Amino acid sequence: MSTPELDSKATRTRQDAWAAPVSKMTVGQVPEGAMNLNVEGRQPVSPLQGFGQLWQKTFRVRLSGLEMSPEEVMRIWRENFPKFQPPENRFYPQMTGISPGAVVLINAKVPPLPGMPSMLPVSTGVMVLYADEEMFTVMCPEGHPLSGWNNFRVFEEDGTVVAEVQEMSRASDPLYELFNRFLGSSAQQDRIWTHVLTQLAAHFNLKGQVTMTKTLIDPRVQWSEAKNISKNAGIRTMFYLLGTPFRWIGNSFKADGK
Amino acid sequence: MSKTNIVVTDRKAGEDVHILDIQGEINAYAENELMDAYTQASSNNARWIILNFSDLEYMNSSGIGLLVTMLIRVQRQNQKLLAFGLTDHYKQIFELTRLSEAIIIHDTETAALAATNGAHS
Repeated sequence: MSTPELDSKATRTRQDAWAAPVSKMTVGQVPEGAMNLNVEGRQPVSPLQGFGQLWQKTFRVRLSGLEMSPEEVMRIWRENFPKFQPPENRFYPQMTGISPGAVVLINAKVPPLPGMPSMLPVSTGVMVLYADEEMFTVMCPEGHPLSGWNNFRVFEEDGTVVAEVQEMSRASDPLYELFNRFLGSSAQQDRIWTHVLTQLAAHFNLKGQVTMTKTLIDPRVQWSEAKNISKNAGIRTMFYLLGTPFRWIGNSFKADGK
Repeated sequence: MSKTNIVVTDRKAGEDVHILDIQGEINAYAENELMDAYTQASSNNARWIILNFSDLEYMNSSGIGLLVTMLIRVQRQNQKLLAFGLTDHYKQIFELTRLSEAIIIHDTETAALAATNGAHS
């Protein structure tokens, strides 16, 4: 039987699993090599604020034969979170790592059309909404391709440790929805989570078979959220990169004028 | 962490008002309990669904996802979703996850019921 003191400690710890309330994301120190273009000052967005259809996608891999607890697997997953991403999806956690309230910057490249190589840059990020010993959740900022969150969870099922990624999101704006439905972005996202779980299994020297289930929770689009396109991280990243030579020339003049 | 540790009871509180009393934890394993209670309330012509969180012991981010799913179902059925009994901590979580923009939160059952009465009149 547990003592009231222990119960109180457990409750405090579990409440600490949630990020502190914020209305806007703050990045703080930008990790070396990362771009912070579309995260600082942005509001976190749930599946309710996006434009497109609301999907729940669940990816799972059974880590058969692994002699570890779900908590140990989760600890390793959190510590190696960027390492398990595909090469075109670079994650830059802050010094605090995957901890509640931390921001993880993402510099990604996406294919412009199905079958083409990933070449369109998107600078974005996510905020860790929740993190405990068995799961963590990241929430997207305004302008991110998806409006919503991803759960990363490890649990035991029939004596086998199972790792799961569950995405619950809408495309943030009409352009992202177009890419999702007709230009392969949704399938690209599916490949990312399949890659992540395959890499997690490979970390334990296992060959994991990733399964996916998709549920269309809301087939409607939300036209009231079409305005989100003004914060589209892909468009803003593209304009930022196109402006790089002009900023460089401008900075040179400023330096010469001193 | 325990798996299923929740009891949800459907309680009729008016002609078309149903309160779902939630006791325990809302996590990934709570889906069946929560959705079954909602389905029962809906089959009894509920127009207003009120979630009673007074006896909520814990909710993680999977639980918030379940509430989003329930909210979408409620909206598609042209019903309204209200809540009461949230602690300050969970009120903040509702704000952070922006659920508070879609679920109307009241402090007490009386206030939540009054809101449904006000809409009726």
